[in-house]
Amino acid sequence: MFQIIRKQEMARGTIIRFDIEAPKIAKKIKPGQFVILRVNETGERIPLTVADKDEFSGIITVIFQVVGKTTALMRSLKEGDIIKDVTGPLGKPAEVHNVGTVIMVGGGTGVAILYHIAKAFKEAGNQVVSIIGARDKDMLILKNEMENISDELVVTTDDGSYGYRGFVTDPLKKYLGERYDIKLVYAIGPIIMMKNVCNLTKQFNTKTFVSLNPVMIDGTGMCGGCRVKVDNKTQFCCVDGPDFDGHLVDFDELEKRNSLYLKDEKNSLLFSIR
Amino acid sequence: MIDQDVKYLKFKTYLNTYCPYCHQSFNVEKKHDKQLIFKAIFKEKEVDLTLSPYLDVFESTTNLEMGVGELLDDFMCPACQKSLISKDIKCGECGSNVAEVIISAASKLIPFYICLKKGCEWHGLTKGDERKIKLKIPRQEMPEQDKTLRIHNHQEVPYGYTSELAALEAGRCLQCKNPKCVEGCPVNVDVTGFIKLMRENDFDGAAKKIKERNVLPAICGRVCPQESQCEAKCILGYKDKPVAIGRLERFVADFERKMELVKIPIIKSKKNKRIAIVGSGPGGLTAAADMALLGYSVTVFEALHELGGVLTYGIPEFRLPKSIVQFEINYLKEIGVRFELNHVIGNIITIEELLEHFDAVYVGVGAGLPTFMGIDGENLGNVFSSNEYLTRMNLMKAYRFPEYDTPMPRGNKVVVIGGGNVAMDSARTAIRTGSAEVTIVYRRSRQELPARQEEVHHAEEEGIRFRLLTNPIRYIGTDYNMVKGVECIKMELGLPDDSGRRRPVPIKDSEFIIECDLAVVAIGTGPNPIIFQSTPDLKRNKWGYIEANLKTMETSIPNVYAGGDIVTGSATVIEAMGAGRIAANTMHKKLSKEN
Repeated sequence: MFQIIRKQEMARGTIIRFDIEAPKIAKKIKPGQFVILRVNETGERIPLTVADKDEFSGIITVIFQVVGKTTALMRSLKEGDIIKDVTGPLGKPAEVHNVGTVIMVGGGTGVAILYHIAKAFKEAGNQVVSIIGARDKDMLILKNEMENISDELVVTTDDGSYGYRGFVTDPLKKYLGERYDIKLVYAIGPIIMMKNVCNLTKQFNTKTFVSLNPVMIDGTGMCGGCRVKVDNKTQFCCVDGPDFDGHLVDFDELEKRNSLYLKDEKNSLLFSIR
Repeated sequence: MIDQDVKYLKFKTYLNTYCPYCHQSFNVEKKHDKQLIFKAIFKEKEVDLTLSPYLDVFESTTNLEMGVGELLDDFMCPACQKSLISKDIKCGECGSNVAEVIISAASKLIPFYICLKKGCEWHGLTKGDERKIKLKIPRQEMPEQDKTLRIHNHQEVPYGYTSELAALEAGRCLQCKNPKCVEGCPVNVDVTGFIKLMRENDFDGAAKKIKERNVLPAICGRVCPQESQCEAKCILGYKDKPVAIGRLERFVADFERKMELVKIPIIKSKKNKRIAIVGSGPGGLTAAADMALLGYSVTVFEALHELGGVLTYGIPEFRLPKSIVQFEINYLKEIGVRFELNHVIGNIITIEELLEHFDAVYVGVGAGLPTFMGIDGENLGNVFSSNEYLTRMNLMKAYRFPEYDTPMPRGNKVVVIGGGNVAMDSARTAIRTGSAEVTIVYRRSRQELPARQEEVHHAEEEGIRFRLLTNPIRYIGTDYNMVKGVECIKMELGLPDDSGRRRPVPIKDSEFIIECDLAVVAIGTGPNPIIFQSTPDLKRNKWGYIEANLKTMETSIPNVYAGGDIVTGSATVIEAMGAGRIAANTMHKKLSKEN
């Protein structure tokens, strides 16, 4: 039993932030790792990356976009409500070293995961340049938090309602072209964004890490549902990842695998409305 | 004679019985019931006496009002009216008069004696004759759900023995002095002991007898591969079919549960020592129960949100109802075992940290990492590992989608790759989701199928097709990256390999395509890396499993024990339980020495 301590709606209510009381997990979780939660007895297990933690008060923060049945159900939960199961930490933590200058690229809800990792890079003594993107001004999340931990922050929106107009790849291209001290790029967001970032950094030969979010059930390496092709080898995202070298990931396959259950998702939602 | 209302059992074979003087048969068919009719004199009155015609004639019915210990005055053949009382032979038990009849069994005519005293079981057969006759009762089949009905539901297939069938089957046991079946059992259940109690109609006592060695009899009776363990060693098996030990075990365990005869033992000697068990599968549960009964304080850590390990996520409802698993786990809770769900050991707590709080740690995490063949198209949509397929169905209850949120993988034509129990489970689950055609593809021949015979038999009954000596070489996908077929190649058996089985070799140019829209890969599992990532000191063997002493289950780290699939690779429920028991014994020995 895990209690929701705080709930915050962001981006016109499509992105929700939960602070969940889970002292044992908060003590252990590292940037890049995720938890699996199951809301109630009939619920499915969904993986969510932890955006922040407070070891002292035993709280983990998850931020998620409402995309399907379970996340819609979670939006209806209130502060003080109980989540039945939270399992974690899962996955390998991000490898954080002092490498010099790193660019953190985040899109959509990916910024939530990025924040935890960017914070760790900053604390390790790196120069952190952050590029975060969203569809429009309202959909932008964690802007202030990212600003606090970045040396430079660039914001892009698709429609130009805030910051630069365009995609995150535009300022990234500029940075990569102008500055030669960039050692590492971390890209987290929609698959298409990560794919485009990787295509770009390949041209500049800059090492790029991505954090993947395939369909998952148990999150402990048992089901193999989360398999992704990395460097032409099948890897299990939950135990071998979720962070991989972006230049080796087969994004096309991932994209197709992730859209397998769209129809079922709709049926499930319709069932709960009925 | 034992006066007992034995009902007509259609599986029972009856013996032909003849008069030694006029050679008329005593067997009469009456209202679908076969009976033996005699004439007798009781309290100076002539009466018709009816006895049951089975080999155990002493289990007879009679309409006489006779008290135990009372004697019949005379016993006659109804045809020739001659008295059948033997002049030379008296009852070996009570010394009273006996009637002599001739029975034909095992193509021999043997004299058989019926004691005239009620309650006496003597029959005058030599051990050898008795054995021959016993062979005549065929192995009793379990009543089960009709095959056309059961493929539309997820309820358990066999209903289990009735008490009559169980008594009959128990009667087949020869009660060997040196029972080989006990040796065949990985946890050495006293098989002859519990069957003896069953023959005395003490089903409760029989259940308690099994529980001395096996804490999960209702589960083992259902999922153990008895034909390669206890039943493989049964002497009866040489000439006939072995005693159905597994079905009897299942019956008494169910009897005990349904009659609410389960007793929670009082643990007298509480010890001030703590044991951590990692994994709540069969091995972990056995180790936990043993240690708890010895008085240790036991905590079990489970990674998933439900207890039971493979019993819960792997074995389907129709083979092992989850309510039974739950019942057995509740028993452990009541003897004081603590359970911690959602604890992935290695991540949330490391083994090292466990050792700070616990005196010993048992690692029984199983081999949960699914293996893939590494062929083309394996990552297409609707290609599942058996683990994923069964986890969705059993743990997440996807077969009740959309009531449960996890989507149900469904295909019209399903191909399952592999020949083990997991492959059978996957195929039989698929047919229950309404698939029109389910095919099992296995690269060796029928003899090598590693699944339990009963499962193979059930699968065939349910209409699952077998493509033996066939190996998949690639999956073919649609434009939308969904699987639409499996290309296979035919195989033939070559020379034996390391495992002693003949190695399958592909036949050139024999490729063909099996159409499918769902494929399940059930070709085995490997060790999960999580526990090793945080415990690099834990020594692994060449296959990547934990290296442990199989006699003591000790690992390379002091006070850390391991057993089950994580040591041996994929095996059976009972073998994991055997390992849990050995580890519990070693832990107990070591920890009591420390005092």
